[in-house]
Amino acid sequence: MDNVIETHDLTKRYGSQTAVDRLNLQVARGEIFGFLGPNGAGKTTTFLMLLGLSEPTAGSARVCGFDPTREALKVKRVVGYLPENVGFYDDMTAADNLRFVARLNGIRDGALAGKIEEALGRVGLLAEGRKRVGAYSRGMRQRLGIAEVLMKDPQVVFLDEPTIGLDPDGTQRMLEMVRALSRERGITVFFSSHQLDQVQRICDRVGIMLQGNLVGVGPMDDLAKRKLGVDQAQYTLEEIYMRYFQEGVPAAS
Amino acid sequence: MHGLLVMYRKELEDHFSSTRFILLLTVILMVSLVTTYMVGTGLRKELEGFAKPSLVFLLLFTSTGALFSLVQFIAFFGPLIGMILGFDAISRERSSRTLSKLLSQPIYRDAVINGKFLAGLTIIGLMQLAIVLLISGMGLWVLGVVPGWEEVGRLLVYLVVSIVYIGFWLAVSILFSILFRGMATSALAALALWIFLAFFMALGSSLAADVISPIPPGQSSDPSAIIRHERTREVVSSFSPITLYSQATATILDPTRNTTRSLILMGPMERLSLSRFQNPLPLGQSALIVMPHLVSLMAITILCFAICYACFMRQEIRST
Repeated sequence: MDNVIETHDLTKRYGSQTAVDRLNLQVARGEIFGFLGPNGAGKTTTFLMLLGLSEPTAGSARVCGFDPTREALKVKRVVGYLPENVGFYDDMTAADNLRFVARLNGIRDGALAGKIEEALGRVGLLAEGRKRVGAYSRGMRQRLGIAEVLMKDPQVVFLDEPTIGLDPDGTQRMLEMVRALSRERGITVFFSSHQLDQVQRICDRVGIMLQGNLVGVGPMDDLAKRKLGVDQAQYTLEEIYMRYFQEGVPAAS
Repeated sequence: MHGLLVMYRKELEDHFSSTRFILLLTVILMVSLVTTYMVGTGLRKELEGFAKPSLVFLLLFTSTGALFSLVQFIAFFGPLIGMILGFDAISRERSSRTLSKLLSQPIYRDAVINGKFLAGLTIIGLMQLAIVLLISGMGLWVLGVVPGWEEVGRLLVYLVVSIVYIGFWLAVSILFSILFRGMATSALAALALWIFLAFFMALGSSLAADVISPIPPGQSSDPSAIIRHERTREVVSSFSPITLYSQATATILDPTRNTTRSLILMGPMERLSLSRFQNPLPLGQSALIVMPHLVSLMAITILCFAICYACFMRQEIRST
């Protein structure tokens, strides 16, 4: 199993504040990796550094074998990013928004219509494709964001809080789409959330970030064994997480 | 390269379909047409009886209508056009959260800023060209005089200088849009700069001249002291692109003007000979006079855009 995402001591400092502290992370191909942590733990900053949108203060990272700082364009070709508050051009239709992003990704004009239809159909927005995005609900926007990401046929997808603010039905659909991405298309999904019951449902492995440090990483069974001494389905991810959270960042050894 | 083309095309589409552009274009065209019509009819009356008036076409642009000439109108309104086109260039992307989306696509980051600037410049060029062509057409109809190649050449130079000048203000407003979070703040900052350069530069340059090369109190008619004072004042005021632009356009559009200096010490004999021998300059000579101005304007615009570029490339983009 090769690693599509690898970081070595990845660090980001803003002045005297450390947002991400010596992160060492590996994510294997095809797996769904959940990135947990409270607000301000450094999850979004990690995403930005892995995409080449932010320059790390120290350390290095490799995404699909490319260095995001030096070969940002190559990384962006294979990685799809759905940010926390995804933005669209509100006075353009959904199809026009997708068309613009598809062109930016170098998709030829002839293939555009087909790709747009396929992407919209995949997320269930085919009927509303010609409406202005300004009229879309939050759930529809999130789905359109996924459609946008799917259009470039990525190998890795970064989702920053994809289910936040969604109603239960929307959440269910989103999680199913995420699972389908990984199982049907072999896409590696790297997603951050603090809605732990959802994470528990679909993730293969999780990593817990606290104040910029990765305090625990592995399949949920491993984490449960380590913190609660149980290895059965009696735990919830929430209990494991709260244990980590309360213990805080271990002092440097 | 393709990222730049896609951005450019999208920005152009946005501009053309925006209400802002249509309003701007309508206002400018209306004012231009009305002014020129009045100037044209006025000229036609004056020209009755002349066998073959030469170099009259340009007067269409430079004579004062009811309140102002067309050139004065463009000189005043041009910066506003540039600022209106650029003030929300980056702030708009930030507020609708599309900036981080744009930058996570496989395009070079500078394609965004270059595309916006080039699209703005294209719009400015199109507007200027439309005005010049419309006014020329109207002039042909009202005056009945066909412009010669000299005049066409001068108009072309005027076009280029105007596009560069308004491009400077476009670059300024894009720069403030990058630096400031809110659209209102960036618009106000650009406006403040314009007001400073337009209204206070005259004062500022006199003040600077008084400080750097003052005229000593007892020698108020000493020519060398006056000349030094004036030279300093001119140099200081040429730091303002507004001064550069107005001098350049006045010289290029008025063939009888052979200097950009406003202070000419002449004796009565010289004044007499000047009024008798009003030889208009050929285009090449006029162009030579304004060449330094054109080069300075281009340099200032490119410098301003370079600062935009550097600021944008270094900024950190978050979606929240």
